[in-house]
Amino acid sequence: MTGMLDHLIIVPILLPLVSGAVMLLLAERRRALKGGIGLATTVALLIVSIVLLRLADTSPADGSAVKVYQLGNWPAPFGIVLVLDRLSALMLVLTSVLGIAALLFSLARWHRAGPRFHTIFQLQLMGLNGAFLTGDLFNLFVFFEALLAASYGLVLHGDGIVRVRAGLAYVAINLTASFLFLIGASLAYGVTGTLNMADLAARIPALSSGDAALFAAAAAILGTAFLMKAGAWPLNFWLPTTYAAASAPAAAMFAIMSKLGVYVILRLWMLVFGPDAGPLAGFGGGWLLVGGMLTIMFGTVGVLASQSLSRLAGCSVLVSSGTLIAAVGTGDGAVIGATLFYLVSSTLGIAAFFLLVELVERIRDPGADVLAVTMEAYGEGEDEGLADEIGIAIPATIATLGGSFIACALLLAGLPPFSGFIAKFALMAAMLETDGTAVQASTWTMIGLLTVSGLATLIAMTRSGISSFWARIDDRVPRVRIIEMAPVLALLLLALGLTVGGGPTMRYMEATTQALRAPQGYVTGVLSTERVGSAQGRANP
Amino acid sequence: MMEFIFALAVGILTASGVWLLLRPRTFQVIIGLSLLSYAVNLFIFGMGRLRIGVPPVLENAEAVDPAFYADPLPQALVLTAIVISFAMTALFLVVLLASRGLTGTDHVDGREDAQ
Repeated sequence: MTGMLDHLIIVPILLPLVSGAVMLLLAERRRALKGGIGLATTVALLIVSIVLLRLADTSPADGSAVKVYQLGNWPAPFGIVLVLDRLSALMLVLTSVLGIAALLFSLARWHRAGPRFHTIFQLQLMGLNGAFLTGDLFNLFVFFEALLAASYGLVLHGDGIVRVRAGLAYVAINLTASFLFLIGASLAYGVTGTLNMADLAARIPALSSGDAALFAAAAAILGTAFLMKAGAWPLNFWLPTTYAAASAPAAAMFAIMSKLGVYVILRLWMLVFGPDAGPLAGFGGGWLLVGGMLTIMFGTVGVLASQSLSRLAGCSVLVSSGTLIAAVGTGDGAVIGATLFYLVSSTLGIAAFFLLVELVERIRDPGADVLAVTMEAYGEGEDEGLADEIGIAIPATIATLGGSFIACALLLAGLPPFSGFIAKFALMAAMLETDGTAVQASTWTMIGLLTVSGLATLIAMTRSGISSFWARIDDRVPRVRIIEMAPVLALLLLALGLTVGGGPTMRYMEATTQALRAPQGYVTGVLSTERVGSAQGRANP
Repeated sequence: MMEFIFALAVGILTASGVWLLLRPRTFQVIIGLSLLSYAVNLFIFGMGRLRIGVPPVLENAEAVDPAFYADPLPQALVLTAIVISFAMTALFLVVLLASRGLTGTDHVDGREDAQ
């Protein structure tokens, strides 16, 4: 651990913290400067996280060479460590990509809608990055709180009754989830005597049966807290309302926030309840599978019943979370690889959709959504307005918006040519790949649900698309600025890029999965890292 | 005996907290959350085992028996948790006031039930 490159691991946490603090000192009216600093920070974050990704990718696939950063230069079980491996590097890159997109989008108008937007935004990034990097359970809690505090600010950003009402429920539910988190973490500490995730994993096999039962309880409580964040049924009734009420850039950031819950479950579950965990191996997998499937069902119904585009987007978050949770619950190596691919692809898709919704809603009258559902239910309004629409030149704005909308629909529903297709295909292929044994009923149910949820998304998106784009275009062509359209297009292009670069991406995911499946590599990697300068007998400041 | 009283305290605080959390008024919710946070803090403290009159800090580094010392880590955790939950309660209070101001009611849904 020497050289500047090693200190790069802490940069994703420090950089937004410092820039957020600096912007706090600037007067509120210097928005251009603040926007510039914010944008520069997020771009720097993206560069750093890409460097970190390449750094993590050079380690051998068994995960034995995770990069460990010791805060305060104390070795692992005693001090708090930041751990960089392929999974966390991947999430860092995803976070900073979304960060740039959301921030760029907000510069058009949203950052003027309330005070201290840029600071809160940077703190949100700091919390996310910290939660992805940390290797300590309690430190994870602290970063969770940091990002939640920032997200409360983002939910309420822009003010208004709807946001405050949604924010009230959101804060209450997240505080409750935090208490569950604390109970789970302290119970785990009481049983094992450690909060370091790697040390935790190392101590699980040696637990007596009574302690193992207690630890299972701790894990279940912790899991509940994370499932609440991820939006698993039945703990997700707050999610569509809150996400729909939040301003577009905030909602786009929330797309990765609910993935954080999934990330933690994936990380802890694979680490602690891996094959070496003795009697606790695979604990709770069935619950995750069933919970995930119920979430998909709930989300699918929600998608079909949504009367506004932003609610539809909120319900797609549920579908995506449910798919991820259920896929993690299968605990199958190949499935995990496809799950990660799906995670990236669906996060990009949902974030792009949240941004796009805001733009699309500028063209339509507010009643159009309600009408779309009602019209379909009652079969009315089919015979009007056919004649005089032929030959109208669609303005470029509408064409771009419509094209992006179609792309979003294809991406979320999982149709080619976007990465959603590859992700779902890989998921199904991996689930059907059993070594000669019969495919289980749960697998068939899961495949059925995946297909139905895709179909439902497509139906709902088509319906909303028709009512907003193929309705009469009156004199109102929405004013869409290029910095609002560019992030959406960039996110969609990235999703397309995932398809084109499917091979290398999938290879990365496979390597990630392999490392996750062999948690010993992570454990020894973290626990065996010496403190800096220990050879010289004196710590280097 | 100490364990019993401790468990009772945690239990009563949790029960009252959960009950208040499910009440329809925002003020009841915030008090419920506060009680829950007390219960959780006590619980974290209890996870370091209940001991009376033992120092948490090692005095001399060589050859000490940890059985004579209290576990300092949960105390540090409680401290962090107290600070965080205090800040969050304050933040929730602001949202609560904003909601009261905007909707004109202290109902959690932002509107009164139809009588």
